Amino acid sequence: MAELTMIEAIRAALFRALTDDPDVIIFGEDVGIDGGVFRATDGLIQRFGASRVRDTPLSETLIAGMAVGAAAHGLRPVAEIQFMGFIYPVLDQLANHASRLRNRTRGRLTCPMVLRAPFGGGIKAPEHHSESTEAMLAHIPGLRVVVPSSPPRAYGLLLAAIRDPDPVVFLEPKRLYRSTSEEVEDDGEALPLDKAFVLREGEDVTIVTWGAMVAEATEAAQQLAETGVSVELVDLATLKPIDRATIRSSVEKTGRCVVVHEAPLTAGLGAEIAADLAEHCLTSLLAPIRRVTGYDTVMPYLRLERHYLPNTARIVEAVGGVMEFA
Amino acid sequence: MAVRKTSKKPNVSKDELLAFYREMLLIRRFEEKAGQLYGMGLIGGFCHLYIGQEAIVVGLEAAADEGDKRITSYRDHGHMLACGMDPKGVMAELTGRSGGYSGGKGGSMHMFSKEKHFYGGHGIVGAQVPLGAGLAFADKYLGNDRVSFAYFGDGAANQGQIYETFNMASLWKLPVIFVIENNQYAMGTSLQRASSSPELWTRGAAFGIPGESVDGMDVLAVKEAGEKAIAHCRAGKGPYILEMKTYRYRGHSMSDPAKYRTRDEVQKVRDERDAIEHVRELLLQGKHATEEDLKAIDKDIKVIVNEAAEFAKESPEPALEELWTDIYAEA
Repeated sequence: MAELTMIEAIRAALFRALTDDPDVIIFGEDVGIDGGVFRATDGLIQRFGASRVRDTPLSETLIAGMAVGAAAHGLRPVAEIQFMGFIYPVLDQLANHASRLRNRTRGRLTCPMVLRAPFGGGIKAPEHHSESTEAMLAHIPGLRVVVPSSPPRAYGLLLAAIRDPDPVVFLEPKRLYRSTSEEVEDDGEALPLDKAFVLREGEDVTIVTWGAMVAEATEAAQQLAETGVSVELVDLATLKPIDRATIRSSVEKTGRCVVVHEAPLTAGLGAEIAADLAEHCLTSLLAPIRRVTGYDTVMPYLRLERHYLPNTARIVEAVGGVMEFA
Repeated sequence: MAVRKTSKKPNVSKDELLAFYREMLLIRRFEEKAGQLYGMGLIGGFCHLYIGQEAIVVGLEAAADEGDKRITSYRDHGHMLACGMDPKGVMAELTGRSGGYSGGKGGSMHMFSKEKHFYGGHGIVGAQVPLGAGLAFADKYLGNDRVSFAYFGDGAANQGQIYETFNMASLWKLPVIFVIENNQYAMGTSLQRASSSPELWTRGAAFGIPGESVDGMDVLAVKEAGEKAIAHCRAGKGPYILEMKTYRYRGHSMSDPAKYRTRDEVQKVRDERDAIEHVRELLLQGKHATEEDLKAIDKDIKVIVNEAAEFAKESPEPALEELWTDIYAEA
């Protein structure tokens, strides 16, 4: 067992997948010789060769489209888009082809592809280099959207995504790439998809979040514990399909819920979670559901970023409000 | 416009000519029937007929080998029939029935056959072309010497992802043949009104992709060009572009009144360049068949098409539960 950062864990998972399955291929912009914009694929071309780890031209739509074609033919392409903000041209292929191939063919053709993209804030770059538009992807039936929040979950979920028979968009919180190291056992064991992780059990309030916000929520939970508030922390991990059962049963226990995401408020995934709880757990709720999110603005640059991103203080404040209500 | 080559004595066997005649006629009669069913309200949404363009798919399929792949856009019924898919399954898909190739969930634009290596049937103009390169990439990776036909139209030729695909296909020497079915109209906008360079076969030049213009109304010319392109691909020389000069007789879809061209223009192509008439003349002039022989083929095809239509009317509707299936793999 080794201590790995998230980026190292991702690389270890890719290494493992390439080793285990000759149908796995990697392509994207600068993933080969340069080792990827964040070095996720560093060293893979030296080990597995240029036929399996392929540098592509700057052509995002094509990268996704070729992945769909190759996947329909039985390969398992793992394509990289350098930043989530570069994913918009790719939506054509994700929404119109990748996510629908199974349905259109009644399962005779499938699309076992993974599209990796760094996402979220924390590197002080504006707009497309830092935004979180996961709700847009989670709205597409047939697509899986997965976000790891720690090195071991990055390793296990990426392996699961590569082995999954359906298309997965794997969004990597770039703020967590190198922020911490954790023990990761490179044993080839995948973690379950479509399953939320209860990272901390508690009695008073459920915090549902994902990605880099898990770290903020963890810190908030610790601070709140000192004031006597017991937080149950749910890392959603797979944003689509949503593990509604885990969220509901947690909230049925605690009676309170705060959803935290970096993405803007309106039509964010927090709205879906709140609506689901309102529909199914109303009688368990002791207080209104609160959302702590980014704002309905453009993801800002450098100095303003810390004001935009939800942080521990905002989460603690929201939980405090919920606790005060009842 | 390329000139008809009927006067040239073709180097083609009687059997092959008869097969061309039969296959092209099947597509035409099938499409006429589909048009009728659409008019009767049995087909939903949109329906894009292939009438007029039959020689392209029939000629290229005659050049292709088992395992070669094809992918196209929404004017796809002809491609499916030409690669050997069952007319019943295609028609039943048009009518949204469970006996259709996609179980009634795909419709006219979204049909597939793994067995016949037909990878759809896609509704977004030009977006199937990167997939075609992906298929070719997989074949090259697997080292199986197969080629992929990526079909698109003159309208799609102005979409950006086509050029992303040209670049990478040429760079990686992918065995893909880009077949541009230039039927002169992108829905209602003529090629002259939409394309700065109307010679679409030259569009690969900047990427080092050879191309040629082919009389797409001449099945023999199509087959010959297809053989050349396939040989190029199989020799590992990378992609090839075939611009098929063709013409669609019907509207863009069944709901298109086709006000952007005159009836005379359509009639002139029918009279002077029709692909089926061309082969019919070759058969009769070469004394390979009599009028009676051809009538007998007509009759056979009518039976096949009528049976397909009956099947498409009678096949059960998809069960309500199908609304929920095939979104993700069963857990």
